[in-house]
Amino acid sequence: MSINKDTIKKISKLARITVTNDETDRLEKDLNSILKFVEQLKELNTDNVEPISSVSDQDLTMNKDEVKKINAKDDILKNAPEKNSNYYVVPKVIE
Amino acid sequence: MSDLTKLTLVESVKYIKEKKCSATELVNAYVKRIEKSDKLNCFNTKDLENAVNKAKKIDTNKKLDKTLVGAPIAVKDLFCTKGVKTTASSKILSNFTPTYESTVTEKLWNEDAILIGKLNSDEFAMGSSNETSSFGNVLNPYRLNNENLVPGGSSGGCASAVAADLTSATVGTDTGGSIRQPAAFTGIVGLKPTYGRCSRWGIVAFASSLDQAGPMTKDVKDAALILDVISGYDEKDSTSANKPKSSFLNSIKNNVKGLKVGVPKEYRVDDMPKEVDDLWQEGIKILKDNGAIIKDISLPHTKYALPAYYIIAPAEASSNLARYDGVRYGFRAEGKDLTEMYENTRSKGFGAEVKKRIMIGTYVLSSGYYDAYYLKAQKVRNLIKMDFDNAYKDVDVILTPTTPTAAFRFGEKTDDPIAMYLNDIFTVTANLAGLPAISLPIRCNKDGLPLALQLIGKSFDEQTLLNTAYSIEQQVNFKSQVKDWWM
Repeated sequence: MSINKDTIKKISKLARITVTNDETDRLEKDLNSILKFVEQLKELNTDNVEPISSVSDQDLTMNKDEVKKINAKDDILKNAPEKNSNYYVVPKVIE
Repeated sequence: MSDLTKLTLVESVKYIKEKKCSATELVNAYVKRIEKSDKLNCFNTKDLENAVNKAKKIDTNKKLDKTLVGAPIAVKDLFCTKGVKTTASSKILSNFTPTYESTVTEKLWNEDAILIGKLNSDEFAMGSSNETSSFGNVLNPYRLNNENLVPGGSSGGCASAVAADLTSATVGTDTGGSIRQPAAFTGIVGLKPTYGRCSRWGIVAFASSLDQAGPMTKDVKDAALILDVISGYDEKDSTSANKPKSSFLNSIKNNVKGLKVGVPKEYRVDDMPKEVDDLWQEGIKILKDNGAIIKDISLPHTKYALPAYYIIAPAEASSNLARYDGVRYGFRAEGKDLTEMYENTRSKGFGAEVKKRIMIGTYVLSSGYYDAYYLKAQKVRNLIKMDFDNAYKDVDVILTPTTPTAAFRFGEKTDDPIAMYLNDIFTVTANLAGLPAISLPIRCNKDGLPLALQLIGKSFDEQTLLNTAYSIEQQVNFKSQVKDWWM
């Protein structure tokens, strides 16, 4: 499998990252070289192997269901690029 | 002691406790050095004034009984520090000031360590040379014929800062080798603990099933001391492990008699420089001479670790980094509607390497490719883990080189992503299998650059790892060759 410019356009839409034409050329080269490298995995027969998403043998524990006041709204909103009273402001979503 | 910054962390704390120097004197010694070391570009943020004030407070008000009392410590700029800017060396977080403290750093300050700054790294910890940082390269204190070298990455600022005596010790993070490879390039000790040994809460996430915080220090005892402090269960991280632990430092012993050490043949890669192979043989000989039993072992799927990593890590990263959208924190670029605002923010906020990895991750998780890439990589990850499970039926610890080469020049590997990724060929397996691993400086090569060996241990058996590393350290007696050329 290899990645062409159309695929890059499609991925960049999914990832919400616009790429310029120059960037597309470089990405096409780099992504294909990475894909070629990772495709070595095809040499391996993994039919009877379980996939693992983590190595942790830890059971998930339940925390006590109790209210903890950790962060104040005002402090958190200090990091907002744009805000209005207690709300984040974003460009208009609905016409 | 004329220069307090030459002390190890263990010695520094002892000095303070025994009142051979005050916390203020110790911090001031570091401040003085840091102020003369801007050329190395280790720091994203310095917090020197606060550090001096905290030291004064310790000298006047505090009992000097805490484990890290008075020790000035800078940490990788990936740990959220309350009220102190945390950027992950990325433009997209360049104005982010956390309202909370990461668990690992909170544990440091609870033991009366003093924050002196936040250290540069590759952007979002993605890189092996510190060249992807939005805030410029970090220089390695070691040079090749007066030519600058990379410090390794991603914890390059951490590595150079310890090697250049700008922090008494530090904490980095390691997803594929980001503690151990820069430690090797700068002649310091770097320990990646078992996955789950330390809480990931409050660390800017890269690949959550691989990320782990760990010590980067001047010697093995310092690494044990830091690990004592930062490890432990945390209810804020459900993957942190609830394991009983005693003090790694107090249990350290110089004894490898009867220890079974595995030497995996698959790590003898093509084109391995002779000096690295010789170093490996030297390590084997030291352990053998001290009574360890050397066994040839096989980890048959080693070759597939890096390819599996370059599917799994970008996949997790693409998902983790979806949160940077310009809405709640960080950098925002304007756009005519919400989607365009997201796209402009992410295009301008992320650097090239980060974008590349998000794109790869998005691709391997996208419909039609998930099974061929992501699921396949998860299966291979299991094969790699099973390789280690089998090997550890016969051996207690595994010895390998840390990196295939010594530190390299800037720009040397930036054109070819695979050449850069191959830096992690020996380190990445421990992340995939979740195992603890330590990099230990052994000696300098003929060019005066440090070379290091790696020990990989059994899950949650950092003690054997530390003991073995300590025994080797006592034999090789590595001494820093850093000349203060930048001052």
